[in-house]
Amino acid sequence: MRAAVVVFPGSNCDADAFYALRDELGVQTDYIWHAETDLRGYDLVVIPGGFSYGDYLRCGAIARFSPVMRAVQAHADRGGFVMGICNGFQILCESGLLPGALVRNEGMKFACKPVYLRVENTQSVFTRGYQPQQVIQIPIAHGEGRYVCDEPTLQQLREENRILFRYCSPEGDLSEDWNPNGSVDFIAGVLNERGNVMGMMPHPERACNRGLGSADGCRLFESALGVLVG
Amino acid sequence: MPKAKVYVTLKPTLLDAQGRVLQDALQSLGYETVQGVRVGKYLEIELSPNGDLHAQVEEMCRKLLANPVIENFRYEVEP
Repeated sequence: MRAAVVVFPGSNCDADAFYALRDELGVQTDYIWHAETDLRGYDLVVIPGGFSYGDYLRCGAIARFSPVMRAVQAHADRGGFVMGICNGFQILCESGLLPGALVRNEGMKFACKPVYLRVENTQSVFTRGYQPQQVIQIPIAHGEGRYVCDEPTLQQLREENRILFRYCSPEGDLSEDWNPNGSVDFIAGVLNERGNVMGMMPHPERACNRGLGSADGCRLFESALGVLVG
Repeated sequence: MPKAKVYVTLKPTLLDAQGRVLQDALQSLGYETVQGVRVGKYLEIELSPNGDLHAQVEEMCRKLLANPVIENFRYEVEP
């Protein structure tokens, strides 16, 4: 089993993702530079957080056209697993691999703090290691993380159980007080139609060791890798 | 040299967090007539006079300059 962590100019969570996969989970992991064109041989591709290409124009707008993204598309078409975290989520939305878009936080502030998430779907390959409605704690660090999509898309996400995580209170209640960026329907993470591509604004790779505050994010990587191991 | 002027704006249904802050700022400066502010992007693109420039600029907007999920665009091409 092999994992790839994509590195763009301006990525800054690549080392965290690499650490989580290799050091916490013992997975053979490689950095993949954005100019690479082939991801064959990898099972899981992580698109990490950061400010790819300086976030010029829109977050993820330039990264979307980098050579490696054609390889990510091909990897997803082959049924390979793709996880987009923070800037990675923005890139996947820009490239159309995931629906919707991420815009400026409602409060205009860059939000950097631990948040609570309710696990809404425990059937997906990424979240099957969690309990239904389990509340987990994972940090966020973004200025443009307000998830938006049109009404038909939102309906479809709900009906197809493709909302993976919602922002919530420590007790698991949904309220705007606990929605850190104003995301529609408290959405923190979504899944594609086929179920092999996910994106989320919170940083599970920063929550893979109790010594760092939380290990709740580890289960996400373990779930995906566990499916691969069989 | 032909030039395209491209205007990209957030869709009207979408909350413009930046615009709301600017609205508050203008009102606090005493501009009581301000009822709303929306922030967009303005781009100038210099072009060589080859081919169907309107079609090219339209394609640039759809492909890269605007995200159709959240933004509208319009443009002018000056000869």
